[in-house]
Amino acid sequence: MIEVLQLPFMQRALLAGVLVGGLASYYGVFVVQRRLSFLGIGLSHAAFGGVALGLLLGTNPMWTALPFTVVVALGIDAVTQRGAVSGDTAIGVFFSVAIALGVVFLALKDTYTADAFAYLFGSILGVRPVDLWIIGGITVGTLAVVPLWGRWAYATFDRDLAQADGVPVRRDDALFSVFLAVTIVAAVKIVGIVLVAAFLVIPAAAARLTTSTFHTMTMVAVILGIATAVGGLAGSYALDIPSGATIVLTQAVVFFGAFLLRGGERG
Amino acid sequence: MSSSAAVAVNELVVRRGEHRVLDGITFDASAGDFVAVIGPNGAGKTTLIKALLGLVSCDRGSVRVFGTPPPETDPDLVGYVPQIKTLDRSFPARAADLVLTGLRHRWPFYTTTTEQVRAEEALERVGAGALADRALSTLSGGELQRVYLARSLIRTPRLLVLDEPATGVDAAGATDVYGLLEDYQAAHQATIVMVTHDWNAAYHHATHALLIDAQQISFGPPPEALDERCLRKAFGHIGHAHAMLHTVPPHD
Repeated sequence: MIEVLQLPFMQRALLAGVLVGGLASYYGVFVVQRRLSFLGIGLSHAAFGGVALGLLLGTNPMWTALPFTVVVALGIDAVTQRGAVSGDTAIGVFFSVAIALGVVFLALKDTYTADAFAYLFGSILGVRPVDLWIIGGITVGTLAVVPLWGRWAYATFDRDLAQADGVPVRRDDALFSVFLAVTIVAAVKIVGIVLVAAFLVIPAAAARLTTSTFHTMTMVAVILGIATAVGGLAGSYALDIPSGATIVLTQAVVFFGAFLLRGGERG
Repeated sequence: MSSSAAVAVNELVVRRGEHRVLDGITFDASAGDFVAVIGPNGAGKTTLIKALLGLVSCDRGSVRVFGTPPPETDPDLVGYVPQIKTLDRSFPARAADLVLTGLRHRWPFYTTTTEQVRAEEALERVGAGALADRALSTLSGGELQRVYLARSLIRTPRLLVLDEPATGVDAAGATDVYGLLEDYQAAHQATIVMVTHDWNAAYHHATHALLIDAQQISFGPPPEALDERCLRKAFGHIGHAHAMLHTVPPHD
């Protein structure tokens, strides 16, 4: 097991898994408490449109998926803020448009693209140095906005209360959407579009079950996100099964464990 | 409208689409005033509170809180007690965390000993000292109301804005809340604006009543603003709360 860590692709996989596991879980606590799971699912599927655009243009799909998904996230945010339609409706519209665009982009490319499937199910072992740089950039950006945790948490608890207290909730929401979008794109590379929601929701939900304050929930979620990425990656190597799926199954084991643990003490 | 007014609302109109939720509200309140905002369901009472807090913008007219439009008002001057029914009970937090948002303007990540002591003192002042470390999800409506009250008072605001503070609280608890408000007001010469369904409480505790049903029906000392003609205009009928107005002895 140790010697496998000598392999550069395995080192990159581990680093990417640790960073994305931690990042997704950090944003996941807000996603879970704000009941935004559907936004996570919508943005990960929207990323497909961006990936397809990259494949069509022949560039690294991450470079197109990042701005594409950010635009979709801001579009959902803008439409929802206007109050004309509800958030889940806006997500439903934007994500189907993004997928439809993706299908058209892929059809426009005259050669068959197996690559698209790598993004549906992720390829943590196929993480390239440039992907790591992108993930590293997102990590640095996240560290820079960690001081906003108190404002985001306040608005998560009660938006009106936070706004009445001078928190610029609209600007904060837009910023949160941007960071969520880029984190989701990074996670898409690793676990794939269909499983990204797990990265956002499961560690945070498990943390929610085992903690009683929002700051401990945040810390526990990040730790679980990192630990399950490492554990899942090791498990997938040992059992020779797909990595992204193994990480998600590891998260699920932790979640149900927390659920059973909590079930004992709760009436 | 005096320049010293804590709250000055002039011809306020707030629209939602084509519908005028508030249509021409004018009143002001100075230090020591206790304004009870009364009206039927859907009368725009909560919207008025939100306008005072800068959470909705006015389509016409003006709102000034301590001389500035509410989004620019120093949040430390204003204590806000929301309706408890809006609380997200799934949010993991202790009562003290919520109280400390009143000091920090942020959700606290860590709590210093000094802050914990201040939160406990604030809770004790509203008779809820034992609640500091309790999970919000386990609190009753009355207990939550006290936690919110402690949160609003910890910053010693000059204006207290309360949205139906006695709803879901039993009669004895409601009486306590009014007692606490009056004590605070006496000690700090604060202004209170409170939405209530309880005409009786308005009659006995408020210095002014503002009766609205989207439009303003009356504003003034409760005996005049809440006379039978005005109440009938607002509610269409009066029911027995009106009878109570006459049977309960005047507040001393």
